[in-house]
Amino acid sequence: MYSWHRLVIFITFFISAAPAMTADQRYGYGTVPTEIEIRAWDIDVRADGAGLPDGKGSSVQGEALYLQLCSACHGEFGEGIGRFPALIGGEDSLDKERPKKTVGSYWPYATTLWDYINRSMPFGNAQSLEPDQVYAIVAYILNMNDLISADTVLDRKSLPAIRMPNRDGFLSPDPRPDVHSKACMKNCRDNIEITSHTRNKP
Amino acid sequence: MKKRLPSTSGSGLEKPLKPDLKKRRLFLQSGLAAGASLIGVSTEASTVPGKLVPGWSRHLGAGVASSGYGIPSRFEADVQRRTLDWLHARREASISFTPLQSQQGIITPTGLMFERHHGGIADIDPERHYLLIHGLVKQPLKLTLTELMRFPSVSHIHFLECAANGVLNYPAAQYNSLQFTHGMLSCCEWTGVPLRLILNEVGIRKKAKWILAEGADAAALTRSIPIDKALDDALIVYAQNGEMLRPEQGYPMRLLLPGWEGVTNIKWLRRLELGDQPWDTREETATYTDLLPTGKARQFTFVMETKSVITSPCPENPLPGKGRVAINGLAWSGYGRIKRVDVSVDGGRNWQTARLHGPVQNKSLTRFSMEWDWNGQTALLQSRAIDETGYVQPTLSELRKIRGSRSLYHNNAIQTWRLNSNGEIENVQLA
Ligand code: HEC
Repeated sequence: MYSWHRLVIFITFFISAAPAMTADQRYGYGTVPTEIEIRAWDIDVRADGAGLPDGKGSSVQGEALYLQLCSACHGEFGEGIGRFPALIGGEDSLDKERPKKTVGSYWPYATTLWDYINRSMPFGNAQSLEPDQVYAIVAYILNMNDLISADTVLDRKSLPAIRMPNRDGFLSPDPRPDVHSKACMKNCRDNIEITSHTRNKP
Repeated sequence: MKKRLPSTSGSGLEKPLKPDLKKRRLFLQSGLAAGASLIGVSTEASTVPGKLVPGWSRHLGAGVASSGYGIPSRFEADVQRRTLDWLHARREASISFTPLQSQQGIITPTGLMFERHHGGIADIDPERHYLLIHGLVKQPLKLTLTELMRFPSVSHIHFLECAANGVLNYPAAQYNSLQFTHGMLSCCEWTGVPLRLILNEVGIRKKAKWILAEGADAAALTRSIPIDKALDDALIVYAQNGEMLRPEQGYPMRLLLPGWEGVTNIKWLRRLELGDQPWDTREETATYTDLLPTGKARQFTFVMETKSVITSPCPENPLPGKGRVAINGLAWSGYGRIKRVDVSVDGGRNWQTARLHGPVQNKSLTRFSMEWDWNGQTALLQSRAIDETGYVQPTLSELRKIRGSRSLYHNNAIQTWRLNSNGEIENVQLA
């Protein structure tokens, strides 16, 4: 038995010394990805611009691309065709009865626009654009919103520096539960008035 | 619910035994015609004159494995997910609603679970898919489905609700339909691996506070998740109601964040990146943020708050007549377990506590019932859920008083159904 114990201790020492991790509940399943594999999928761009690739583009360069790849759905001027989202408009509407949330009126970061277009647009042909093209199209959309001039060149430095109109429009952390109702049981309310009703079938 | 009365009552002997033609047509339209002809044999056959023997009692039905994967009775063919084409420009970036009016229990049948996609349903070959975990970790990791399934697994029942559930009822009552007022909601048994186990595997670096979860669909949908949730009850699931995930629910793997808004439960999960701040993706800035009357919007409003609704009667399930009736419904809470549900038949003036059907589970749909003697007069039916934290489901006006009428997401208000004297239900809102 004694020698068994020694063996166990020996093996335990070997196993725990081998991997870099200390946690002894590791299962060791899966494989280690290569740098190339990580880089190929690591497409995200953060609000502060972390993750933006090299490359550049201006609105002048973006116009033709936008008209070719985007305007069929989002409109020549970004006004949005049918129910496709508009990319312009809605300034000063957020506290009004009919707020209009667009890139220009609502989005807090220009970097998010880069990230979103790069990962999912054009709709139906996602992740097909080169970095220069994304910079140029982003510049075109920001120019349509009168946020930058037509010849402003966007790159990994200048894009995060753009201050969007609604930059300070967001509140977190979540303050909920914010509505504090009471579980009254008897004679909880007097007059009951119906303010809205519908018999519409979808 | 007239349709559920057995047609053998009354004249019963006539042939055919009144198969609901409208339903049958719907059934054929739904592309399941092959199954119909198989099962159809027994019911279309003649009955014995003078005897109360319907065809299905006389002739053999279809044999075993006549359909390798069973489907509901053809008489239930109108139980379908539905969408509204005006809601979004394209169905690949739209929503379908669960027919809650037909849900008999807490589990949503997998094929009826609501869908919300931003780039269509990805058709993923699991042999060519893996999950990448990297960023602020000690050792990045790649996991195939097979490798993920080697980890110790758990099965939990949890509801899943879109943040926008109830949006069609927020500014004003818009449709007379439970499916469309509450149907961005489902509840399933989920099987998978606690995310905490996977994170232990890669080793979290001290500075890591957030995780970016990304889908492999054509939207590459991304949300930033606080690490505390990941270490608490988050799962990477691969199965739902005992079978592998359906493609529309994220096959072969998805994130499951119990009690949190649907969009954070990233489907077709391909990547988790650990970081020290949130990313502020489009789905956590431009959308899924709750606009207040001041023009400022709340961001990262994750929890789906406590809510309930009466599912019978409801617009789709009118009452057959006065007398003793059962009021049934569902309650749920992203804060935890349901503690109590109260029901009112007079628009919230007086309340009675309903019976909960156990076991009452954490962040799961919970059934409630109350028997009521209906005198045939107009009534205003409501239900109100209270969870284990003491949170009380608010009225719509209490909600609007704080959040205004443009916040759209996270409408967990008490629903009012007006019961008319003919037994029909109308969707109404009270001051
Ligand atoms: C086939 C139609 C189509 C084309 C072409 C298209 N888009 Fe889109 N776009 C959509 C749809 C649909 C959405 C909404 C998707 C969603 O909500 O998940 C969208 C959303 C967007 C948004 C987010 C809008 C918001 O306020 O939330 C931006 C920005 C955008 N598209 C930019 C582009 C750019 C740039 C191109 C060209 C490179 C492009 N789109 C091409 C259909 C299209």
